[in-house]
Amino acid sequence: MSRKYDTVIGLEIHVALLTESKFLCSCSTEFGAPPNSHCCPICLGLPGSLPAINAKAVEYAVIAGSALNCVINPFSKFDRKNYFYPDLPKAYQITQDAYPICGPGYLDYYVQDKLERTKIVRIHLEEEAGKLIHSGESIIDSEYSLVDYNRAGIPLIEIVTAPDITAPEQARLFLEQLRLVMNYIQVSDTKMEEGSLRCDANISLKPKGSPVLGTKVEIKNLNSFRALERALEFEKERQREVLEQGGQIEQESRTWDERAGKTMTMRSKADAPDYRFFPDPNLPPLNLDPVWIENLKKSLPELPLERLHRLKDQDRLSHYEAAFLVNYPDFGDLFEKVKVTFPEPKAIVNLLMGDYARLAREHGHLNPVRLGELLQLLADEVINKNQGKDILEELFKTEEDSPAEIVEKRGWRMLSDAAQLRKVVEGILADNPDLVGRFRNGENKLFGFFIGQVMRATEGKADPEVVNNLLREELEGGRN
Amino acid sequence: MKKLAYLLQSKQVSSIELVEKYLAQIEASEKKLNALITVDKKGALQAAREADQRWKKGENRSPWDGIPIVLKDNISTRGMRTTCASKILADYVPLYDASVVTLLRKQGLPILGKANLDEFAMGSSTEYSSFGVTVNPFDGNRVAGGSSGGSAAAVAAGETPWALGTDTGGSIRQPAAFCGVVGLKPTYGRVSRYGVVALAPSLDQVGPLAKTVEDAAILFSILAGTDPKDATSANAQEFNVPNWDDALIKGLKIGIPKEFFGEGLHPEVEEAVRRALQILEEEGALLVPLSLSTNVYAIDTYLTIVTAEASSSLARYDGVRYGQRKEGADSNTMFAKTRGEGFGAEVKRRIMLGTYVLGAGHYEDFYEQAQKVRTLIKDDLQSAWEKADLIITPTTPTTAFKIGEKRNPLEMYLSDLYTAIANLGGIPALSLPCGKDSRSLPIGLQIMANHFQEELMFQAAYFLEKKLLGRA
Ligand SMILES: [Zn+2]
Repeated sequence: MSRKYDTVIGLEIHVALLTESKFLCSCSTEFGAPPNSHCCPICLGLPGSLPAINAKAVEYAVIAGSALNCVINPFSKFDRKNYFYPDLPKAYQITQDAYPICGPGYLDYYVQDKLERTKIVRIHLEEEAGKLIHSGESIIDSEYSLVDYNRAGIPLIEIVTAPDITAPEQARLFLEQLRLVMNYIQVSDTKMEEGSLRCDANISLKPKGSPVLGTKVEIKNLNSFRALERALEFEKERQREVLEQGGQIEQESRTWDERAGKTMTMRSKADAPDYRFFPDPNLPPLNLDPVWIENLKKSLPELPLERLHRLKDQDRLSHYEAAFLVNYPDFGDLFEKVKVTFPEPKAIVNLLMGDYARLAREHGHLNPVRLGELLQLLADEVINKNQGKDILEELFKTEEDSPAEIVEKRGWRMLSDAAQLRKVVEGILADNPDLVGRFRNGENKLFGFFIGQVMRATEGKADPEVVNNLLREELEGGRN
Repeated sequence: MKKLAYLLQSKQVSSIELVEKYLAQIEASEKKLNALITVDKKGALQAAREADQRWKKGENRSPWDGIPIVLKDNISTRGMRTTCASKILADYVPLYDASVVTLLRKQGLPILGKANLDEFAMGSSTEYSSFGVTVNPFDGNRVAGGSSGGSAAAVAAGETPWALGTDTGGSIRQPAAFCGVVGLKPTYGRVSRYGVVALAPSLDQVGPLAKTVEDAAILFSILAGTDPKDATSANAQEFNVPNWDDALIKGLKIGIPKEFFGEGLHPEVEEAVRRALQILEEEGALLVPLSLSTNVYAIDTYLTIVTAEASSSLARYDGVRYGQRKEGADSNTMFAKTRGEGFGAEVKRRIMLGTYVLGAGHYEDFYEQAQKVRTLIKDDLQSAWEKADLIITPTTPTTAFKIGEKRNPLEMYLSDLYTAIANLGGIPALSLPCGKDSRSLPIGLQIMANHFQEELMFQAAYFLEKKLLGRA
């Protein structure tokens, strides 16, 4: 698409807050416990039980709002959202309708190299429902369903964006950045597969440049970043086809079917329930101290975008390198620590993004001091890259010996004595007369073969630069 | 109660003897009254034995250790079924005690049983109970009032020395008036609602019913105070039984709102209340005529708020987790069948009304409007406190009516005409027996006070009680 239409996308994101206890009772929020083992009269909605707000959840919501540049409302209220569903213990959800805890804000993030801004309309606090476990595939074709209320009552924030997003890929990038922000401020573990980060999307098309929004469709059941992008792509195309054939878009909720790769009607607007919101009489309004809010704002850690800009501006890293360190904060933190003993950002990031990344995923991170020592050996040309790799693998086995000690013990010092190496080079060329002939007749790619042979003969110790020069001298000197 | 406490302390009577005495009275009068839904003979005797052990060792938990009590059956009791007089919870056994029950147990009070009520406290006669109507101890053809009819009748008939009720629009005071006992609806938030099955959380309060003002004050002193489990009790104050002081009456300004002495008030009720006012005046109190003109909106406002909050509060009875369940092909059918068969007619009527007033397109006209009127009523009361220290009115327009007499729900709703205002305003109000009509039916007088002014209210009630009993 889409010369004729503009795509308009807005997101509603649910983030489960990482508090130790639930939103309205003191039950644990631990994931994966035996069903219905973290329950009490309150989160089961037993007759007579009353809610009491978890102050930590309020704090996390304020931190999240501050990180998303939101206005924090000192006054907010809790409402009941009434509907019947087996996973909803009280048959109403405690949420914030008219007076949410956070007002307008925004999130900046990169789409390729371009900085984009998506406005946040509001953030409100609410409670999670329980989890249905069906005997069959879904609630419709199941003989029976069971409910696990461990999840019921876990605090959530719902983040609502303005319809600012113009493409499915951008929606995904926004969500990825939002997730990163939540991780940086440590209010949520944001695991989409465990449901601690969930996203519904609204999408509509309008004639290019038109100020009038089209009819929007809501897509639910988006369980991964990929699902979000795919579902929006599908829905964009579906709506375009309907419009191009002169049809009209129905305002409805659709569900994403991952296997079929398409969205399907869930319920039309006419079937949308009337939630009968009204203030919960059991919970007095929240009145937050502006000084407390201000202090939380001040104590925010460095956020992903700030870090990205710092890495690019101060450490002179490329966007790609900086983004790697930002997106994998454990690598970002290690980077900072290594920099203390070895202040060469480029060299550090090259090491971290190379074999180190693969090995660290498997075995966990290494001591930054050891990494600094290794980088120093490479910088001093005591060892070559190959040896560096070997030392790295050794370090992942044990960090007892420093890289210098490994070099000594194993004799992995780099071989750069030209006279010594020339003998090796000459030997190899003498052993392969026909290959030498083919190279001289223009088969350039054989150059790499000769280098490999020299490295093998020296057990990887040879200084590649010296070998390179020697080979060129020997081979090209005699070229036709 | 002080006498009972003295007898216990001086070992002239044991808790076992007390409990057995009340159980015997229950045995004798229950066939006629039907005041109790559940009698926990075993549990009460066990608790009494333990109390006696404590007295023996001098380790009694309170002066009231071992004096038994009855609770309205919408107050959660761990291990003892709590039915709310509804079929839907007929077999529901709570896993936890309401905070007020914890307080009673801490003082050592054995629980004799659970008292009848209108289903989910929706009603003014205890006729809307799925466990049968509670009969007025003074007249077998008349109602005990409601919704705490069982609690009031049990106290009046001597089945228990005191009882707990709940009051959303008059549900403690009206049956107290009909049964000739003292009943208090405390300041909103002064007693924890945790574990008390909600009707309308912004109006509900737990309170004591007892034979005397002092007993009611003692029971209230056990209940009052902040409970971290009830966010609306955050500003609650404790209450200590005061030293009774007649001298406080002199100069006390008693507000007499004209709207409570108008059309619909039975002349015999009016006469009894006026006589009581005269006693106060003779002691030096100043009677201050005033107007609570917003009271004409009280019933409509009350009904709108009650039905709205109840429709939501009662939505949880869906058959999924506890209570009666009727199976259905899918969850919605199950909900509909469970609720259709489990709830009585009045409960369904209020749920439907409440669903309507909260619905899209009606919210602003009804629920929001009612909240605005509620604010006006609060303002009206607030200006009354500038003129008066207490307000005295009849508790009800009439004495106890006949069983089956009020067939029209609207007529029934008018039973709360004088009482609902205290719930809307969140203020404390007490009903005190002030005489009998020509049929020997008790008449109730209501004293209202400003927020947290229970003590002054009790002082006036204590004085009046003394004078009225002296005359009788
Ligand atoms: Zn819980």
